[in-house]
Amino acid sequence: MVLTGAQILVEELIRHGTDTVFGYPGGTVLDIYDALYVSRKRIKHVTTAHEQGAVHAADGFARVTGRPGVVISTSGPGATNLVTGIANAYLDSVPLVAVTGNVAAPLLGKDSFQEVDIVGVTQPIVKHNFIVHDVRKLADTVREAFALAASDRKGPVLVDIPKNIQRDECEYEAGESRCQDEVDVDGRTVQMSANGRTDAGGQEGQAGTNGRMPKAGAVACHSENLQGKNELPCIDRALEAIRSCERPYIYCGGGVVSAGAENEVLALSKKLSAPIGLSMMGLTAIPESYELNLGMSGMHGKYAATLTQSKADLMIAAGVRFSDRATGDIAEYTKNCTVIHIDIDEAELGKNIPEIIELCGDAKQILRTLTDSIQEKWNEEWVKKILMYKAADNAGENAERFSPANIIRTVRKFSKDDTVVATDVGQHQMWVMQHYGFTKPRTLLTSGGLGAMGYGLGASIGGCLASGRNRTVLFTGDGSFGMNLTELATAVSQGLPLTVVLLNNGTLGMVRQWQGFFYSERYSCTTLERKTDFVALAKAFGADGCRVDSLAELEAVLDGNLPEGGPFVLDCRIDIDEKVFPMIPPGGSVKDIMIGA
Amino acid sequence: MNISTAEKETSNMNERFTVGLVVANRYGVLNRIAGLYNKRGYNIDSLSVGETEDPSYSRMTIVSSGDRQVRTQMVRQLNKLYDVKTAALFEGEGTIAVEHLLIKLKKYGGHGDDPSALVGQYGGKIVETGEDFLVADVTGIPEQVQEFIEKCKSIGIFELCRSGTLALSSGSYNIFDAK
Repeated sequence: MVLTGAQILVEELIRHGTDTVFGYPGGTVLDIYDALYVSRKRIKHVTTAHEQGAVHAADGFARVTGRPGVVISTSGPGATNLVTGIANAYLDSVPLVAVTGNVAAPLLGKDSFQEVDIVGVTQPIVKHNFIVHDVRKLADTVREAFALAASDRKGPVLVDIPKNIQRDECEYEAGESRCQDEVDVDGRTVQMSANGRTDAGGQEGQAGTNGRMPKAGAVACHSENLQGKNELPCIDRALEAIRSCERPYIYCGGGVVSAGAENEVLALSKKLSAPIGLSMMGLTAIPESYELNLGMSGMHGKYAATLTQSKADLMIAAGVRFSDRATGDIAEYTKNCTVIHIDIDEAELGKNIPEIIELCGDAKQILRTLTDSIQEKWNEEWVKKILMYKAADNAGENAERFSPANIIRTVRKFSKDDTVVATDVGQHQMWVMQHYGFTKPRTLLTSGGLGAMGYGLGASIGGCLASGRNRTVLFTGDGSFGMNLTELATAVSQGLPLTVVLLNNGTLGMVRQWQGFFYSERYSCTTLERKTDFVALAKAFGADGCRVDSLAELEAVLDGNLPEGGPFVLDCRIDIDEKVFPMIPPGGSVKDIMIGA
Repeated sequence: MNISTAEKETSNMNERFTVGLVVANRYGVLNRIAGLYNKRGYNIDSLSVGETEDPSYSRMTIVSSGDRQVRTQMVRQLNKLYDVKTAALFEGEGTIAVEHLLIKLKKYGGHGDDPSALVGQYGGKIVETGEDFLVADVTGIPEQVQEFIEKCKSIGIFELCRSGTLALSSGSYNIFDAK
């Protein structure tokens, strides 16, 4: 059948299982919005207050479902408003398809009204981006965008569609693409593919979602070669390291959640009696209740995780990228241990830690291979020591105080295991990581790599819709909330049951903490002399809220008194000098850890 | 022809290294490749690009500097790019590297000598000559081309243009076999 470009786009979105898209209409996407109107019974569009809210919502939606989130924006300012959200998805490896309109092809390059080279702008923060110059290539380009976003290491892909392409017509056939490996967006057909990989053990790796062929020049071979020709294959070296270690430690990141390899990590941990430390992105991979789960590691990680890591003689790291916030001083970090690094992205191997045993491929398969190839190990002394460290982490907390930790634990008490929790960025974020106690994968939406304040509200809207409109919690601070709180309008218009837990300390707490520790308490520009009445504000948006000053008050509200049909803001007043502990100063190590004030 | 192996392996942090690439031949690709070097903080010393026998693809040769870790990183990062068919490190005995130079020289500059002899010494051809200038076309390994340019400085250079290093793997392999 003959369809317009806009209709083809909508058909392809639906064909890829997209039932909800987020976005904001505008001049160069009028045709797409017209097609969405016609198909409104098959695909829901959520209009946000700002494109940034839309892209964060699509990101939150993707983190919950594991499938690409979709955001649509107009050209120019609409497109540039996506940039933070795209960068966020890129740094946290979230599958995202961003569709932007652009001015009609004859106007491109003329500095036309609302024209921005968004392909150029977003180039460093996408897996790939396309501009479509021929309506006949549109369907394949959208297919390729979805396949790329969701394959291997996931990430954002942008498709820029000039207005004339949306209006042009061509014959459209639903169903599989003619050839998944052929994409022609610029007048030539080129055989390209995403990286299908084989892992270092010689197993068959996970190919792209369309079973696309690996790139030429098998990457794993490069890896072997670059390490030197006379060495054993990596998998054998890894097994040897595991067999000979005494104090194993597993470091588990977002790649484990992305690969759905949570059970494989648990199995390996049990077989080796190896404790597990988690990166922020990997925090939901292992239930908090698991005895050998030490919680988050890194700058604001649990004391037990940091200490255990520093004492381990072997670290098996899966789906992590050893960011500076996670490791501190790299040399100190790896001083005592051999590192086995498992990742689907070969470029992560050796990027931040040079001397490692590299296992490139799907974490699930590699972890299975490792677990199946080793004998059970039990180091009584090691396990005892770890449990002792863990006990120390949980000691000495006054359960009555209206502290961030107790507020978060109280919210947890009234949440379900599968409740989706979003956070913004800063102190409250770290407190949530430390004290919430996650149980199920894909229940945490947080800006890990980019650290984007203002992420949370949009993400919670996407997460709530992805969860089937179940009660969703947003922990935020008064700084972060202030950035994108206009999305309360969206949550109200969508009637979403959001519990917004605002840890309100009247300051940019994390920056203040650094100013306190490292800048002689010169609190430059961080004390917010605002008079915002967040409860009145919530009401002005058509939501509701109340001020909370004690745990008893908090419990009273959470205990069945939250509205089902819209967001509720809990304005929790906490002390301006609440700190996040433990803290390893930037570039520091376990020796520098600060446990408390 | 002056052909020899290039890029001797050393542990020097700033030792030059060469990456060969086969990439999709479409606009924007050069930008993506150069952007990656920029993003990762690595300088490009030279870059050459041209269509292959299959017009769908371009072949690039990029010379850059860095230690082993940098080399490994760059090749791996390049291989992740959608438009990159393959990227391979060219080093040691298995590499043929040449550079092409066009240079416009003063005919009787410097010590007053005709530079034709020097051009001949480096296996070059004179492609244009005028009353007070000549244009030479010299091809050789990058170090020899550099040496030639150094010698021309005392003669007097109007202008020059270098192709940047072009590299192929030696033997009957192609880049897809590069290990």
